[in-house]
Amino acid sequence: MKVVLEARGIVSGYDEVEILHGVSVSVHEGEMVAVIGPNGAGKSTLLRAIFGLLPVRSGAVFLQGEEVTNLQPDRLVGKGLGYVPQVENVFPTLTISENLEMGGFVRRDGVGQRLDQVYDLFPDLAGRRQEKAGRLSGGQRQMLALARALMLDPQVLLLDEPSASLSPKMVGTLFERIGEINKSGTAILLVEQNAREALSLCHRGYVLAMGLNRLEGEARGLLDNEEVGKLYLGA
Amino acid sequence: MATLEAAYGRLRDQLRDLRRVAGHVIAGPALWVLFAVLAVYSAVNPDTRQLFVVGVVVGSIYALGSMGLTLTYGILKFGNFAHGDMMMLGGYFAFFALTGQILGERGDIEASWGLDSLPAATDGIAGLSFGYGLIIATVVAVAAMSALSLGIDRAVYRTLRRRKSGIVIFSIASLGVAIAARSVILIFWGPDPRVFVSGIHPAKSLPFDITLKADQMFILGAAVTLTILVSLLLYRTKLGKAMRAMSDNPDLARISGINTERIIRWTWIIGSTLVAIAGVLLALQSQLNPQLGFVILLPLFASAILGGVGSPAGALVGAMIVGISQEVSIDYFAPGYKPGVAFVILIFILLLRPNGLFGAKA
Amino acid sequence: MSKLAIPQRMGALKANQVATPLVVLAMTAAVVIMPAERSGWDVGGTVSFLAVFATTVAIFGIFTLGLNVQWGYAGVFNFGVAAFFLVGAYTAAVFTKGPAEPPFERYVGGLGDKLAFIPFVDSDQWLPFLIGTLAAGAFCGVLAFLLSIPTLRLREDYLAIATIGIAELVRNVSVEERGLVNSSKGLVGIPRPFSDYFDPGDYKYVYLGIAVGVLLLLFLLVERGIRSPWGRVLRALREDELATEASGKNVFAFKAQGFVLGAVIMGVGGSVYAYEQGAASPDTFTHFFGTFIFWAMLIVGGSGNNRGAILGAYMVWGFWIIAQQLQGYDLPEVFKNRIFFIRDFILGSLIVIVLLLRPQGLLREERRVSISVERRVRKLRHPPRAPPAGQPAESPPD
Repeated sequence: MKVVLEARGIVSGYDEVEILHGVSVSVHEGEMVAVIGPNGAGKSTLLRAIFGLLPVRSGAVFLQGEEVTNLQPDRLVGKGLGYVPQVENVFPTLTISENLEMGGFVRRDGVGQRLDQVYDLFPDLAGRRQEKAGRLSGGQRQMLALARALMLDPQVLLLDEPSASLSPKMVGTLFERIGEINKSGTAILLVEQNAREALSLCHRGYVLAMGLNRLEGEARGLLDNEEVGKLYLGA
Repeated sequence: MATLEAAYGRLRDQLRDLRRVAGHVIAGPALWVLFAVLAVYSAVNPDTRQLFVVGVVVGSIYALGSMGLTLTYGILKFGNFAHGDMMMLGGYFAFFALTGQILGERGDIEASWGLDSLPAATDGIAGLSFGYGLIIATVVAVAAMSALSLGIDRAVYRTLRRRKSGIVIFSIASLGVAIAARSVILIFWGPDPRVFVSGIHPAKSLPFDITLKADQMFILGAAVTLTILVSLLLYRTKLGKAMRAMSDNPDLARISGINTERIIRWTWIIGSTLVAIAGVLLALQSQLNPQLGFVILLPLFASAILGGVGSPAGALVGAMIVGISQEVSIDYFAPGYKPGVAFVILIFILLLRPNGLFGAKA
Repeated sequence: MSKLAIPQRMGALKANQVATPLVVLAMTAAVVIMPAERSGWDVGGTVSFLAVFATTVAIFGIFTLGLNVQWGYAGVFNFGVAAFFLVGAYTAAVFTKGPAEPPFERYVGGLGDKLAFIPFVDSDQWLPFLIGTLAAGAFCGVLAFLLSIPTLRLREDYLAIATIGIAELVRNVSVEERGLVNSSKGLVGIPRPFSDYFDPGDYKYVYLGIAVGVLLLLFLLVERGIRSPWGRVLRALREDELATEASGKNVFAFKAQGFVLGAVIMGVGGSVYAYEQGAASPDTFTHFFGTFIFWAMLIVGGSGNNRGAILGAYMVWGFWIIAQQLQGYDLPEVFKNRIFFIRDFILGSLIVIVLLLRPQGLLREERRVSISVERRVRKLRHPPRAPPAGQPAESPPD
């Protein structure tokens, strides 16, 4: 299987603080890969570094075999990489429809068609297109954030803790959607605090701790792994 | 004893809730009611009616000025203290395009290619004091101010953006730009006030004992028209939506792939258009005066903040309130206190509802 | 964003260290040589001129010092310095001038004659002025305190526009209220301390001494205050407001105290200005001359740095004087007519250029810890015996 996204030996952080000390992950075509680990492990930092929001001081990022290290987000988006931040991931004073329009801003063609496809995937949003995003519930907002990123038909999607602060029922619905998105061909790199759910959904997983790779392997294997179970899956 | 304490605790909680509710009411509907009542009263009262009308005209000029200000404030995330002086500079550019006059060694030099040398360029259109010459001159001013603003953004603000400087640095820099703009006016056109067209223009008598010059009606019309155009831009065009998106969340805009620098450039162009037009109208209503740029800065900020930073409709409403309040205040206080009125409104809104009338509650 | 290689940083540091003294030297040369050359190398005249220049630098240094306390230390973004300048100057004036003589002048106060109440020590030569200065500081402090209640919690840019408004309002009141401070005509005939003892020719040197003395006193006061426990909280606040708040300190109270202290200093400065000029009028207290110029001085000199504040006053006023001097040279008429506008243009652009190229100003922000730590550091740096190997050249970090 082809590797669509690869991050090798990423060293990155904020200003003078180094958070990642050489982390490597890879995602194959059509795969869904989880990145789990304790708080402060650098999971969100990794996504931001891959997406050009943080400087990569050492190491490299490859998208479809092409090196894209430290490219700005607007270039990466054009090459098929999408990113959904954990918080502040919608435009609150814009309507749902306008949010999606912004998601598809750089599309040269087929916006209307893509919009229909996205509304099909998220019928809940389709029913309230003219509502302002700021008025949506937490779960609906996460759906919108996801939908926004899908407008450009990304080949790889980076998701940063999508289930954070959602009710268990909403988490279930959300992960269902994410699964559907993956089945339709989009590779996904999923950072999650909710390790059990993430691993049950994904093909493979990486465990990060303190800015370094700790474990990796088939998701089923990690779920069964005693060490992982003790530390990260919770009682 | 315990029941007394519990009762006191409950009372205190209820009072706190009451205060919170009162705060929300005062900051919300009550403010609207207050302004509506003041507006209606001053319009109806024969002593203040003419002042009310002048206030609407002044408010129109403030509206155009503060609309540009509110756009740059919302999208570039800093208050441009050079906005007033840029308005004036725009007016002077139009003056130069129209008359070709500039300050020489002693008195004015006149270039031969001023627009007013075109046939009938200064003949008033339909009772207005100006002809098509000023209209073309305004277009020239718009182009000049756009180029200037883009240049300043490139040289100054973009560097500060890259450095992720705080609001304070942007503000101080814009103050430097303001001083520079004012000095340019003084260097090339001198400190004495000027007008586009000299002479007295008659005011038309209108019903309800109000008089308005044709120019003033034009100003009002221009303000309303441009507000509609800007709103259409923001709500119906892709660029406008991107501008609103950037105003909401610039990071998310970048993440969505929007080229934020391009949007910023367009913001400056639109802002400069409004600035130049506002400057010309200000000069029509009042005069071309290097000091005027600073004098209107406070009312412009008050209007933008009162309406809610980032909202053009808010800028219009805020500007009308400020303009009308300033003019009507002459009936009660000395005219020298007019700037003070804008200031009081500003403090009032900053304390009660800093997000403005059209902004979300704080 | 890449970390600078160490050798590169050292090179840059050396360049920085050379640039500042060079620039100051160049300014000093210009300020001394130009008036000297224009007066035909008249030493006496030049010295006299420079004395007045230095006095103004000292007075403006006081204002910039006060602004540094407000902004550089307390982080209060005060764009309304003109308000305190005005209140300080006018207060000192009405406390030291004799009673008003309508219809020529109308103003409140005029207590000058009544304040010389200590017998036998020529108290009319100094007492009213001392009281006037204290009153100026006090009035400004009270004004700052009253203003801090509604404004200090505002976001920085809102605070800036609010303070601009306050300065304008104060100026409007001084012009509109007839009988307050003689409205637009302003006050003239403000007396000077110790004027009876000296010839007018010598007096300027005396006043230079007074101005420098006041500046020095305030400078030492602020330097001391910054190293006190109070000052440390103030600086911690500037670095990280949230952390300071979390540690239980009342952020608002500290900011207000810094704001008030800075205002008091500005009030004192206003009084020293008033006595020297002998007159004060609303035209002086415009936004440009009463506020912007001090911000220019602080930015150029280096904010967060008391020495920088004074150096900035020297550099900016030096530039001001040079512009004035240029009028005496044989330049094209066109240029000479507008020299002051060109000066203003350069000042405005200078602020932008400094912010772009050297935002820290001429003197970097100092890192001062506390008096006891500094004493220990000093002992380490200059010990009675030779120091052990590996002694750090820089003072230890905070």
